[in-house]
Amino acid sequence: MIAAIEVTPAWYLVLGALIFAIGAFGLLVRRNPLVMFMCVELMLNAVTLTFVTFSRMLQDTGGQSIVVFVLVIAAAEVVVGLAILIALLRKRPHATADDVAILEG
Amino acid sequence: MIQVELVVFVIAGAACLAGALGVVFSENPVHAALSLVGTLFGIAVLFVAQEANFLAAVQVIVYAGAIVVLILFVLMLLGVDEVEDLRIEPLVGQRVAAAIVALGVLALTFGALASTGFEVTGVVGEIDTSVPDINRLGESLFTDYLYAFELVSLLLLIAVVGAIVMGRRPRGPEIVDPGQPEREAEIAEREVAAAARVGYVFGDGAEGDGDEAADDEDADESAGEEVAK
Repeated sequence: MIAAIEVTPAWYLVLGALIFAIGAFGLLVRRNPLVMFMCVELMLNAVTLTFVTFSRMLQDTGGQSIVVFVLVIAAAEVVVGLAILIALLRKRPHATADDVAILEG
Repeated sequence: MIQVELVVFVIAGAACLAGALGVVFSENPVHAALSLVGTLFGIAVLFVAQEANFLAAVQVIVYAGAIVVLILFVLMLLGVDEVEDLRIEPLVGQRVAAAIVALGVLALTFGALASTGFEVTGVVGEIDTSVPDINRLGESLFTDYLYAFELVSLLLLIAVVGAIVMGRRPRGPEIVDPGQPEREAEIAEREVAAAARVGYVFGDGAEGDGDEAADDEDADESAGEEVAK
């Protein structure tokens, strides 16, 4: 019988760091604005996972409260971002993130 | 002896990582959105494994039920669901730079974690596990974080109003910038310069469909209601 492997909180933190890094890479690499949004969601989710892990590690419910706020901010961010995207794509169908460079002053 | 938490962690963690990689490396945005659902569910499972049952439910309802559906709606309504050829690298060296940045972020977080020796410090107290987590969360939200809670509700309202204003198709005569005619030549010049810079030709501004604002509003309201509950 092998020795029992215990899942420590550090495992969750490492997983969160990995998801965050993947999301950051995708955000920098992809050009479709909607996929970039999804990458931002990935990063936010990695952070919420970390918060919940710390909440359990430190025996403090505050971590879970912050996750609620992160959820609200994520919802607001997606709604406003998609509204901007719709306004943009109405003017220029098939726009990519590069096309917004025309906005520079 | 099989440990339940280990099995749950391995399966949910694999789903999370596979979904995250799927988001980044899917050529079709719809596939990316579906991969994102995999990650969100995996994280919800990990929430349950860490005794955050209410947050797991909220995660599934708000993220998978509202945010991803909203993204899919916009994808389908606007027809942005074109396949992007990932083999083309429009900005030379961008991917290498992005990979370096991502690895740097990863190294930073790993370094911070390793510097603590993976030990728990600063334990605040003992959570009374006989009280359900939703009770503890509600108590925390409405005592310690009451102002933040109210501010966040205001923020949601502002987001709803902003989304309606921006998503609405303007009625009546279009507002024309008085300086527009003189600037036409300058704008066209800039478009050419920008096109040369990014290697992309701008299309003609064809009009899209005007029904998107309603979807934004619905999804945001459902997200707001969930949080309010």
